[in-house]
Amino acid sequence: MTDIKTDIIRLTAAEIAEKVASGELTAVQVTEAHLARIDAVDEKVHAFLHVDRDGALAQARAVDERRERGEKLGPLAGVPLALKDIFTTEGIPTTVGSKILEGWIPPYDATVTRRLKDAGVVILGKTNMDEFAMGSSTENSAYGPTGNPWDLTRIPGGSGGGSSASLAAYEAPLAIGTDTGGSIRQPASVTGTVGVKPTYGGVSRYGMVAFSSSLDQGGPCARTVLDAALLHEVIAGHDPLDSTSIDAPVPPVVEAARNGTVAGMRVGVVRQFSGEHYQAGVMQRFAESVDLLKELGAEVVELDCPSFDLGLSAYYLIAPSECSSNLARFDAMRYGLRVGDDGSRSAEDVTALTREAGFGDEVKRRVMLGTYALSSGYYDAYYGSAQKVRTLIVRDFEKAFEQVDVIVSPTTPTTAFPIGERADDPMAMYLSDLCTIPTNLAGNAAMSLPCGLAPEDGLPVGLQIIAPAMKDDRLYRVGAAVEAAFVERWGHPLLEEAPSL
Amino acid sequence: MPGITREEVAHLARLARLELKSEELDHFAGQLDDIIGAVARVAEVADQDVPPTSHPLPLTNVMRADEVRPSLTPEQALSGAPAQEQQRFKVPQILGED
Repeated sequence: MTDIKTDIIRLTAAEIAEKVASGELTAVQVTEAHLARIDAVDEKVHAFLHVDRDGALAQARAVDERRERGEKLGPLAGVPLALKDIFTTEGIPTTVGSKILEGWIPPYDATVTRRLKDAGVVILGKTNMDEFAMGSSTENSAYGPTGNPWDLTRIPGGSGGGSSASLAAYEAPLAIGTDTGGSIRQPASVTGTVGVKPTYGGVSRYGMVAFSSSLDQGGPCARTVLDAALLHEVIAGHDPLDSTSIDAPVPPVVEAARNGTVAGMRVGVVRQFSGEHYQAGVMQRFAESVDLLKELGAEVVELDCPSFDLGLSAYYLIAPSECSSNLARFDAMRYGLRVGDDGSRSAEDVTALTREAGFGDEVKRRVMLGTYALSSGYYDAYYGSAQKVRTLIVRDFEKAFEQVDVIVSPTTPTTAFPIGERADDPMAMYLSDLCTIPTNLAGNAAMSLPCGLAPEDGLPVGLQIIAPAMKDDRLYRVGAAVEAAFVERWGHPLLEEAPSL
Repeated sequence: MPGITREEVAHLARLARLELKSEELDHFAGQLDDIIGAVARVAEVADQDVPPTSHPLPLTNVMRADEVRPSLTPEQALSGAPAQEQQRFKVPQILGED
């Protein structure tokens, strides 16, 4: 690999866009550099399920031609991106990490896909994920696990582990994730990258394969806060094709990312986000982050949110309940896998045989758990109570945001754990989402960004910032200030400490 | 609070249209029992007079203008079908033998 290609893959998205717009680099050069990087390292990392070489180069050529014609390019034109394989892409396979959709070629684009294409973003391919976004390690993919670029024997987080790994491996400067219980933020945390779950309804869910519809939210992943903001602005905004899409202007996230500050802000620390499940090095880096916020002029307020202790339990009733209903569409009739149709079996038998063959263990567990929680006799005790917990969590957040502008916490209780360690221990796996779930249940916005390496294992720790609904800009204002202060302290971005692949 | 038996897992699997194998019934029975034992904590609030929240946004019905707009062609709509015939989805027999 030539030096210029090595340099290209280490540029930020903002820098790439600027160089493409000025003519210093062509979009084709940038795309070729990233495709070469994927060729060189993805056999080891396995971030991608599908690389769309021809489509990416065609999109890059189109951007270069527009520039040659003198057209004004958008703020991310010519920048490569890795797209989570949960968004439909016309003519390009979309599997959701499941055997049940192996080989499915969608006949339409998701709104997020469409907006990326319209913005001149170059989609390199589709990234690996836990099947139907159910998991915290990407081990539940039907197509094999993804390695964490910091240590390939460890998990890159999940469900969006392909997206986070592609960023940390310099295969792409931008990626898209989806976050139902933490699937953008937890992968960002364990890979030393940045991930944002926007306010629920901020980014269209049209063309995003549904897992838990009242919780699912797509969002931006990047290596810097500003890059995440630029991507946020491209994909967010009202979409008439999604009935839960918010019809209001996108919060000014880019402006906030360019003007990072916490001076005079009130920052909340929630008592419930600590305890026995938290690794010492994670709590140490979190405490240092809180000290940094004080040094930067923030006032830190301790908060009590007692209902958060029930968040994990409520989530693992609500999400499986919604998924058991959403996944009923995989019935082997209109698309996807069909097994056992030998002319003698009924449609119902074929459906049951197909779902047995096409779904992995975690999907089966959650579909059955949801079926159980929604069955008569158990509904009030489980699903009904979980919905009450959800109200209490919303109220705890409302009370908290009367006192503070943002809340901070560790993103996830531990650093990246070894592949295999929790693969067949669902409760241990679920604990990864302890700090991220309350935000999904309440529908507000949150970011994870790197805050150091845990001293005991040298692996990245994430700082979570939580803001009220539709105040996504606060994440970027605080995130940019924290990021700048840390980079100054470390002398370089955290990711530069990752071993070369 | 409950314990999930192998028979209950078999019942749930039938409801969920999953043709589980015998060894899966044992494996999932233990795991579902653990999970339900842990999440049953939500029942702590069962007696509280709290309205349920089903969705983070107040949901209203969203209508669009009743106008023809581009949509998938029959070929596109059928492009992922496991089987098709006469421009329709071809499905196995709806009624079983019994």
